[in-house]
Amino acid sequence: MSITILFFLAPIGVIVAWWLSRQRLMAKPWLDVSAIGEVPDTGASSSPAATIGLGVFLAVVSSLFALFISAYFMRMQVADWVQLPAPKLLWFNRGVLILSSVALQYAQVAARRGRIQDVGDGLIVGGLFALTFLVGQLYVWRQLNAAGYFLFTGVHGLHLLGGLVALARTADKVWRGVEVGQVRLSVQLCAVYWHFLLALWLVLFSLLTPWVGDFARLLSRVGGLRRTKSKWRT
Amino acid sequence: MVDITIGAAGAIQPAEVKDVELYHPKSWVTKYVFSQDAKVIAVQYSITALSIGLVALVLSWMMRLQLAFPSSFSLIGPAEYLQFITMHGMIMVIYLLTALFLGGFGNYLIPLMVGARDMVFPYVNMLSYWVYLLAVLVLVASFFMPGGPTGAGWTLYPPQAILSGTPGQQWGIILMLSSLILFIIGFTMGGLNYVVTVLQARTRGMTMMRLPLTVWGILTATVLALLAFPALFVGCVMLLFDRVLGTSFFIPAVVELGQHLKYSGGSPLMFQHLFWFFGHPEVYIVAVPAFGIVSDLISTHARKNIFGYRMMVWAIVAIGALSFVVWAHHMYVSGMNPYFGFFFATTTLIIAIPTAIKVYNWVLTLWRGDIHLTVPMLFALSFIVTFVNGGLTGLFLGNVVVDVPLSDTMFVVAHFHMVMGMAPIFVIFGGIYHWYPKVTGRMLDEMLGKFHFWVTFLGAYLIYFPMHYLGLLGVPRRYFELGETAFVPQSATTLNIFITIAALTVGFAQMVFLFNLIWSLFKGKPAGSNPWRATTLEWQTPETPPGHGNWGKELPVVYRWAYDYSVPGAEQDFVPQNQPAIARAA
Repeated sequence: MSITILFFLAPIGVIVAWWLSRQRLMAKPWLDVSAIGEVPDTGASSSPAATIGLGVFLAVVSSLFALFISAYFMRMQVADWVQLPAPKLLWFNRGVLILSSVALQYAQVAARRGRIQDVGDGLIVGGLFALTFLVGQLYVWRQLNAAGYFLFTGVHGLHLLGGLVALARTADKVWRGVEVGQVRLSVQLCAVYWHFLLALWLVLFSLLTPWVGDFARLLSRVGGLRRTKSKWRT
Repeated sequence: MVDITIGAAGAIQPAEVKDVELYHPKSWVTKYVFSQDAKVIAVQYSITALSIGLVALVLSWMMRLQLAFPSSFSLIGPAEYLQFITMHGMIMVIYLLTALFLGGFGNYLIPLMVGARDMVFPYVNMLSYWVYLLAVLVLVASFFMPGGPTGAGWTLYPPQAILSGTPGQQWGIILMLSSLILFIIGFTMGGLNYVVTVLQARTRGMTMMRLPLTVWGILTATVLALLAFPALFVGCVMLLFDRVLGTSFFIPAVVELGQHLKYSGGSPLMFQHLFWFFGHPEVYIVAVPAFGIVSDLISTHARKNIFGYRMMVWAIVAIGALSFVVWAHHMYVSGMNPYFGFFFATTTLIIAIPTAIKVYNWVLTLWRGDIHLTVPMLFALSFIVTFVNGGLTGLFLGNVVVDVPLSDTMFVVAHFHMVMGMAPIFVIFGGIYHWYPKVTGRMLDEMLGKFHFWVTFLGAYLIYFPMHYLGLLGVPRRYFELGETAFVPQSATTLNIFITIAALTVGFAQMVFLFNLIWSLFKGKPAGSNPWRATTLEWQTPETPPGHGNWGKELPVVYRWAYDYSVPGAEQDFVPQNQPAIARAA
């Protein structure tokens, strides 16, 4: 538990430390009174609030899945653990999700270049692939009937479903024929979210492969070594 | 450099921060019920949290009556006792303290203190409140289900939490877990708002180092909560799976009433890790906003700048970071590797350093201050005393060898009620007395306020000091009735009666407080825009209570930090943040 969580906390800590280092924490605000016209820059990021908001949200989602995964590793080390099977359909699903992400990337590039027609196409194709993925997942659930798998991918699927709501709203705007400038940010954020969910899926998918079991065993062996060593010391 | 025009009202600079498009409510319902205005949402959060807190208060009276007079009252049986303990703890920690500090104070103060018109995502902010309300209603519903609410203890440890010996096994536990899951979803919506508003919506001139410490406290607590609540979420979802679908995440092979249950191989210890990975940051989710608010109250009411502002900011951040590596000090008796315990004891004691820095700085702020013993100040001072007292017993419990015998006694109950119950609630009261004039435009009655303060403050000590002693005697916690034991003397019963009478008296004082809240709304002395003569932006709004969009036509511009009190040579003993320095010759 603690080791896996460190893998997650370390990057978050680095980001927070980086941000803090840019906030002039060594300033002496009590000496620093501005006159009219001399107010300092607030230090806020130039990115729009929605981008920062998505970033923070992704940190929360990472935290959630880091904890799921560390719980999974911990549970794996108990004797009765059965390695989850990885049915063929999962490979198909993975391909579909990658295609969905590619379509969104296409839409994002199109939005940057101002081609509204292509933005709409990219969004629709991406959305359809995402829906296919979710349907595929439902089939896998019916095949597998394994609670651990159901839990992971269920939560992942719900996040994708939430993303689809945002995607649908953006696509709706495109259909109603707004300027490309008004959807550029939404399309970009959708694409980022899709790539994130794809990366997350690849991590979850890798948990089903046997080498992860070896990795977990390795971790527990490291723990075991530590225990023997401490026995010597006492 | 930009062009400057100096008018009668001061300077107007071209905005670096773009003014936002506000949502303008069209009807009474969108203005006061489904409101997207952070100020209204704050009031909604506060009222809901205080109402559910009142339920938890009544539950505690029932338990105290049972403990003091086990044979005279038969209001509750052993099952209800456990259920009330569980609900009291969960409501107070999560649905009252967390919701009130972040949802209540956070929503009201963040936009006003950073000089924004509203939160950055008002619609999501509104959803946050309604999901929170739903969570509260689901929790309350469990009182009316067959079998009643869960009696698993506020830590919900499996396997007992979902096995049939525990009251509320049928519906109570399911509703409790669902309610927590909803709460976390709702909180995440609000939390995104608080963080991004502080990061991105600060007005011109408001650097991070010019923020009032209240905002630093709420920001840090929100970040902690956003990262820690997922642990509770994972724990709740898995436990719900174990209960409803019969999986074995946490439940080992169990024989119940001579029958093998279908569970096998789950790890109860895993739940404890998940729970406390959330549970310990939770202590600081409640404490860090309290630190921030108390700093502002002390500085304002002692008419003196906060001592060591930078160090206060660093300490808040350090406490936040450290709070993630201490969780297992709640698990010394869980059977984990004792060397783990050594590591966590060390980190636990290290956290005392930044905390002590904060206490020194509060005391040094008071040193030679012009202390006004107003009601908010009294509560702020009582917080410092209580937090120190409660923190000292934390040093006892942080050490493995001392913790093991004291664990599961009344000593622990007394410790966390002092440090996590009374101390933050004093800050909440202080904050309400301090900001009520801004929210309503009227002062709370001072006589009633002082009565409320003295009874609550002295009463808290009369309740919890004897409780430490009971713990040292070995009186266990969570027991419905003591009965006859070899090691607990008869006098413990007398002490229990004393504690109960004190608790009921303190409870009565809270009714006086509620009366004051309602009475002053109509009959209170009009407050004016800045009754405490404070420097921070929320007191500089053009209207009181602040109108829709907070700032009228122009966003304020910040020229100085938040603590310019008693500046030598200044006309008044405070200089508001939006007052520029006298312009130097160009």
